[in-house]
Amino acid sequence: MFDDSNIIVGLEIGTSKVCAVVGEQNADGGLNIVGVGQSRSRGVRKGEVVDTAQAEDDVRNAIVEAEQMADVEIRNVYLGVTGGHIRGFNNRGVHPVVSADREISDDDVQDVIKNAKAINLPTENNVVHAIRQHFFVDGQDGVTNPVGMLGSRLEVDVHVVHGHTNRLQNAIRLVKGLQLEVDEIVFNGLASSLALLTNDQKELGALVIDIGGGVTDYVVYVGGVIKYTGVLAIGGDHMSNDLAYGLKVPLSRAEKLKVEHGSAIVNEAVKGQTVTITNELGLPLKTVNVEHLQRIMSLRVEEIFQLIAQDLENAGLFDYLRAGVFLCGGGARIPHIAKVAEPILQMPVSIGQTNSVSGLKSALDQPEFVTAIGLAKFGSFKQRKREGKTSLAAGIKGVFGKFLQRS
Amino acid sequence: MKVKTESQTPETEMNSTRSVKFFGIGNAGMTLLDAMNCEEFAGANFVAINTDATSLAASSVTVKIHLETKLLRGLGTGGDPERGHALAEEQFSTLKSACEGADVIFIVAGLGGGAGSGISPVVARAAKETGALVLAFVTLPFSCEGNRRQQQAQQSLEQLKSVADGVICLPSQKTFKLIDENTSVLDTFRVTGNLLIEGVRGVWQLLTRPGLIQIHFDDLCGLLRDRHSESAFAFVEATGAARSREAVEKLLAHPLLDEGRALAESSAVLVSMTGGKDLTMAEVNRVMEQIGRHCDHAQIIMGATIDAAMKNKLSVTLITAKQNAVAKTEASANSPEEMSLRETAPRYGVRQTSPTPSFSLDQREQTISRRGRRAGSKMLQAQLPLAIVSKGRFDKSEPTIHKGEDLDIPTYIRRGVPLN
Repeated sequence: MFDDSNIIVGLEIGTSKVCAVVGEQNADGGLNIVGVGQSRSRGVRKGEVVDTAQAEDDVRNAIVEAEQMADVEIRNVYLGVTGGHIRGFNNRGVHPVVSADREISDDDVQDVIKNAKAINLPTENNVVHAIRQHFFVDGQDGVTNPVGMLGSRLEVDVHVVHGHTNRLQNAIRLVKGLQLEVDEIVFNGLASSLALLTNDQKELGALVIDIGGGVTDYVVYVGGVIKYTGVLAIGGDHMSNDLAYGLKVPLSRAEKLKVEHGSAIVNEAVKGQTVTITNELGLPLKTVNVEHLQRIMSLRVEEIFQLIAQDLENAGLFDYLRAGVFLCGGGARIPHIAKVAEPILQMPVSIGQTNSVSGLKSALDQPEFVTAIGLAKFGSFKQRKREGKTSLAAGIKGVFGKFLQRS
Repeated sequence: MKVKTESQTPETEMNSTRSVKFFGIGNAGMTLLDAMNCEEFAGANFVAINTDATSLAASSVTVKIHLETKLLRGLGTGGDPERGHALAEEQFSTLKSACEGADVIFIVAGLGGGAGSGISPVVARAAKETGALVLAFVTLPFSCEGNRRQQQAQQSLEQLKSVADGVICLPSQKTFKLIDENTSVLDTFRVTGNLLIEGVRGVWQLLTRPGLIQIHFDDLCGLLRDRHSESAFAFVEATGAARSREAVEKLLAHPLLDEGRALAESSAVLVSMTGGKDLTMAEVNRVMEQIGRHCDHAQIIMGATIDAAMKNKLSVTLITAKQNAVAKTEASANSPEEMSLRETAPRYGVRQTSPTPSFSLDQREQTISRRGRRAGSKMLQAQLPLAIVSKGRFDKSEPTIHKGEDLDIPTYIRRGVPLN
């Protein structure tokens, strides 16, 4: 039915759900979503696989569902990774221009990027992304394409995202075990930001916070390029766990209470209000104070934003975020979450919308699907670049080919 | 068991319509009650409760409750709070009827022994059931009195906190700062007792004297309740022209406030000032300003009352409540090195407390009749002095540590936010 070469699949193995999004690249390079498959995730904690057998089952179910919906056979996926071990930092590479006429050639650009990627990482770590930011020619800032310019010294800034090799391999091996090829691994936060932000917003400076089940990823764009990435190993699971502990109810109940009565602020209206939880026969088991529930949750939500705010303040990035903050992930569904985030981050906060894709729009414009859509979008960027039809605006440079073959 | 009522004290004749009862429990509690039984506390009802008939007979208090069964053979609890507890549970109805008719009940006891530690929580519960507000003033034993007493006192304190509206506790060890080398043992205990009585007097005045700026009892209870807190208090008096400055200086040098350090650490402070008719607003302002400067994070509740008899005199009662108090109490009883060590270690403010054990009749008999089998009671499993917070689903996963804080532990516990 479809020509398989146009099919791009993003697979996110999340803490609360496994989600596969099937996209089809249309003639003018855009991405058309044609299928989604999802499955409850049981083998993942804090964004990392802890039970391979169960996770494998869940991934298989999600893939099968996506295949049926899109009516395609999935062979390759772009795999999202996250986890508390993932770190990002900026690095600068330097390269002297040696040619006689001092004109910067394509080779010089390749060399300087190679230099920037030569990073001293701990032996057990591996680079996930090295994303080009800006070139400097003889100290001149803000050069986006130096080929053809004159200069004696070429420098480039890259943003490097790296993680623990073995822990990254766990997810890759799991997917390979299902007879699927991993085209590339992508940091979830990067994928989310690709799905949410328009070029204007990237240019203005924006912060994307993806509050997932197990981890919270965040990515900062300044001047059109990624300046900062971070992972906080706290997510919706922690809220459920807090509630289970604080209200003394089983985890599954806590999860349900969180969804039904959760809030990021303590509503005045619920003061003194209680809910009775019942067992499967409808008999009352326990009465829970809704005010306590919301207080426990609101403290956790506040803390997540405070930690991020602190991190960004240390990085000195607050003044550059003029487009504001965009939330996604299941956590963005918590009522009033933007109201809590605004005073802490001191800028406008909104729930992100996946603008730049077409097809199945209404069904997919939900915060939970942002990462998976972003993964497919990342894939479409890559594909386009490979085909050489258009130059890649985001300048994202995957360095994972070798790494994948090694596994 | 018998309730001896030698003479009925007249019903409260104070200007407030609240009737107040003081319960002295155990030997320490009775001694304190005897010391309080003077005209200053006129209008209050005193009730002494003990398991030891001889000391009860010596008390000057009029209403006495002697808790006794055959199994104790008139020898008291022998320092075993479980025996005291079981005994009190058995005669719960008697205690409850003794509590009836009071709006506010003060419990005065020395924790660590058998009667004080065992009976106090039960009395507090009985009082609570009659609908009275319960405020407990207790001392913790000196650290030289041994581990066992400390542990018993701590356990009892936790139980008290869970039932009483407010617990104000005075670790006896702190009084070492007030005494010198030559102070006799008798005097030392008197000093501790006096400190506690001062605290009781402060609260008593708060409740009985007409206030210009009223502090309600609810304010006081709200301050003490649900903060998982140890509260510290101080009562100072000053006279003369510079009395407001003198009072503040005395407060900041007060040993029970750790030279003002307790103020800085407190999360809530209640200040009550009493002066003669000549008390000026400027003086009130000066005292509050100084105190406020030392505790910028705390919630401050203030009150001022006029007492015509207090000519040229100003008395200030200060009660502070602070979080993470359990660790603090222990720290104060230990050496300074250990204290500083504990200060730096992360604390989570919450300790697992075992629920008050409920006894069947047989078990009670057994516990009480255990006298003579000391070795048996030594085999009891002690509580570990650790803050154990289960991490639930994250128990086995890699902890999320941020600046030494384990983020897997619920935020509200790490921040000590009370859920009332």
